Amino acid sequence: MTLIHLAIILPVLAAVVVRIIYKYYRRLHLGWFVLPVPLIIVIYLMTFIPRVSNNEVVYETMHFMPRIGMNFDVYIDGLGLLFAILISGIGALVVLYSIGYLSREEHLGNFYVYLLIFMTAMLGVVLNDNVIMLYLFWELTSISSFLLIAFWHTRERSLYGAQKSMLITMFGGFMMLGGFLLLQNITGTASIRGMLESVALIQESPLTPFAIVLILLGAFTKSAQFPFYVWLPDAMEAPTPVSAYLHSATMVKAGIYLVARLTPLFAFSETWVWIILLGGLITMTWASFNAISKDDLKAVLAFSTVSQLGLIMSLLGLGALSVLTGANEAHFSVAVVAAVFHLINHATFKGALFMLTGIVDHEAGTRSLRKLGGLLTVMPISFTLTVITALSMAGLPPFNGFLSKELFLEAMIDVREADFGSLASVSFIFPLLAIVGSIFTFVYSILLIYGVFFGKRTYDTPKEPHEAPALMLISPIFLSVLVLLFGFFPNILSGTIIDPAAMSIMASDTPLGTHLYMWHGFNNPALWATVAVVIIGALLFYFKDKWTFIYDYHKERFTLNHLYDQGLIYSRLGSHKVTDSYMSGFLRSYLAYIFLFFIIMGALTFLNTGIQLDFSNLAPVGIQEIIVAIIILVSLAVILATKSRLVSIIMLGAIGFAMSLFFVFFRSADLALTQLAIETVTTALFLVCFYHLPKRSRHEERVRFKMTNFLIAVGVGVMAILLGLSAYSNRLFDSISQFHIDNVYELAAGGNMVNVILVDFRGFDTLFETLVFGIAGVGIYGLMKLRLNRKDEQDETHAKKD
Amino acid sequence: MEIITIVLAGILIGSAVYLMLSKSVIRIIIGTAVMSHGVHLMFLTMGQLKRGNIPVLDDDVSNYADPLPQALILTAIVIAFALTAYTLVLALRSYRELGTDNVEEMKGVPHDD
Repeated sequence: MTLIHLAIILPVLAAVVVRIIYKYYRRLHLGWFVLPVPLIIVIYLMTFIPRVSNNEVVYETMHFMPRIGMNFDVYIDGLGLLFAILISGIGALVVLYSIGYLSREEHLGNFYVYLLIFMTAMLGVVLNDNVIMLYLFWELTSISSFLLIAFWHTRERSLYGAQKSMLITMFGGFMMLGGFLLLQNITGTASIRGMLESVALIQESPLTPFAIVLILLGAFTKSAQFPFYVWLPDAMEAPTPVSAYLHSATMVKAGIYLVARLTPLFAFSETWVWIILLGGLITMTWASFNAISKDDLKAVLAFSTVSQLGLIMSLLGLGALSVLTGANEAHFSVAVVAAVFHLINHATFKGALFMLTGIVDHEAGTRSLRKLGGLLTVMPISFTLTVITALSMAGLPPFNGFLSKELFLEAMIDVREADFGSLASVSFIFPLLAIVGSIFTFVYSILLIYGVFFGKRTYDTPKEPHEAPALMLISPIFLSVLVLLFGFFPNILSGTIIDPAAMSIMASDTPLGTHLYMWHGFNNPALWATVAVVIIGALLFYFKDKWTFIYDYHKERFTLNHLYDQGLIYSRLGSHKVTDSYMSGFLRSYLAYIFLFFIIMGALTFLNTGIQLDFSNLAPVGIQEIIVAIIILVSLAVILATKSRLVSIIMLGAIGFAMSLFFVFFRSADLALTQLAIETVTTALFLVCFYHLPKRSRHEERVRFKMTNFLIAVGVGVMAILLGLSAYSNRLFDSISQFHIDNVYELAAGGNMVNVILVDFRGFDTLFETLVFGIAGVGIYGLMKLRLNRKDEQDETHAKKD
Repeated sequence: MEIITIVLAGILIGSAVYLMLSKSVIRIIIGTAVMSHGVHLMFLTMGQLKRGNIPVLDDDVSNYADPLPQALILTAIVIAFALTAYTLVLALRSYRELGTDNVEEMKGVPHDD
């Protein structure tokens, strides 16, 4: 247990304290007590920056379950540190913001406990070297996210969204665990650093593509990539601080983190590269296209998040592609640097945008773009901040989004020069998709600003809008300042954060010396691409009413949401149907299954082994035994054929007495005695029950002949005969009874061997047989005497009257 | 002889299965009783029939029938009886409570005869 471990679990420890504080002290908003936790962590993590930028790594281990290789191995390098600082830093801002956003009437205790659990889970994911522990924390993020989405658990939409995100991310999580286990199987270690040392094994193993697909399923579900993005828009039912924190800045980037972390392991693989690159690009374009049609501000932002995550994902894929195709290092590093840089930028502007949306919602009472409008003069500060952050999202200068967006376009345009082999003719698809996605991004960013702050005041908002309190504005102001700061002075990040992170993604030791600058000169194609994006975007925005009718063609029933809903409904109906088809509730069906299974298993066994019969040592047949056998057969036939139950009971008695005759013939005196006595009592019992049986159905009825029943019965009988014959024919050992015969007098001082066995050699059997008998007696007594309610007594009197 | 008893036991078991697949509770219980007879007979046969004398120690006899299967069957008979008695009383009680001895009616499906 080191200080780093303590830092990771500090939020959970704090959650306990926070809960106690909430119980006994309500005067101050609970958020103030939570705020120091992420602040302490972020300050502590900042102290690692100098070490990490000097290319050092920090590795601390804590034994958890060493026998199965599951240890709490904390590993801090550039990538982990970047994410950890994002998590704790934005965590602090979100806590601050939530103090203003959530009133003290809410269940603040729950809220902050969930949030703190989430913080630990996220820190655990990004600062972990052990894949199994990583999975543990990964699922903890899913669970805490589930709890946070359903924070207002009385609303149906919240529950729906929480369930959906739970199902999808848990599905991905399980798949990912499968991938990790495969990976552990291939390399023999659960440590990511250990795996890096045996990349050769991963390259050779035929299991690698499966591991890749499974792990990417985890990453894609978590990071809301196509087609698993459907949960993210529904997760917007969460309180806005949660949306800002989990669903824009941190949790949805866990998949990105995973991909970035494992890039050095898998970059050689075509599966890996193409899934990430194309998956990311498709997600980016598709989500940005869909964002325009949304009316709810948070839905727009949700789709925008999906789209930006796709952008980052595709950049990571591009980085891996240059390794695959053997292109020069420079392409690789540009793409990876762009990914890391955009990751930071997205966290800053998207966090701020969510908070601003929350402010608008909080002050105007609605998030619908149709109801909002003309708030420019009412909320000037929010307006300014929205312009800064939304334009950064659109990728305009002088904000930080411009820099990373331009790096993105540059990388996407350059990628055509890579060696694609036979695919060279379709390589134009990358820049095309990238530019189309960027155009839509521009359009919805402008739409966001215009829809809320320009146009007519509609005056039908539920509340009279006014500027937000300072408490809520601090966090978005801080983030907007970062947007500007990183825009104008990107190089404060490049040496300290971006380079170490990019180097850990590339697993290289040589410093990159990245230098980011706003102006690339006129001969840069990315600049012209940006200009084209702005012009086309502006035109599209201006003529918005002319072309948005195409969204009407995108009918509800073709959406992925619809597919998900139908999938749920049909899986429920299907399992109902399957279960109902065999769980009929009839005793007969279940008995039939059991007997059929017996027949089938027996038949299969005989088919496999064949039947070996050996009748060399049979006992002689006596005439009296034949007669008894015939008596039994006749009685059986009568039981089966008779209409009368009385007759069948008497015939059952006859079988019993015939059995005792058999016991006499076969030298078993005690058995014959017991059988006689018991058969008498049984018959008497049957007769008593028969007397009490219903009048209504006492009319005698035959067992009606049923073909299936007959076949099953014949099958079981034949199988029993075959089993008996073959078992008899294959006697492998002599009986152990010679011991009992020899020692019955010497050891047990008795002459009757059966009785000595019962009470001496195998006395325990007898003891518990007696117990069975006693239990049956008590049970019968209970059945006869116990009356749990008065209804029984009434029935009793009715029965008497009958 | 063993072939005859094995076949007889098989017939008993098969008929028991047929009875157990019917609807009436009493017939099902009869079926279980028949099946226990079949199983006991099978048991005895497996211990080999008519080899030697009745297993009570006697100075003149050196060859006894196998006592072990007999002890096991004795135990089984008593347990089968306890079970039969209990199920019979259970059937009686359930008839009093539910007013039917038809297992399908007990589920709530109307009588079809």
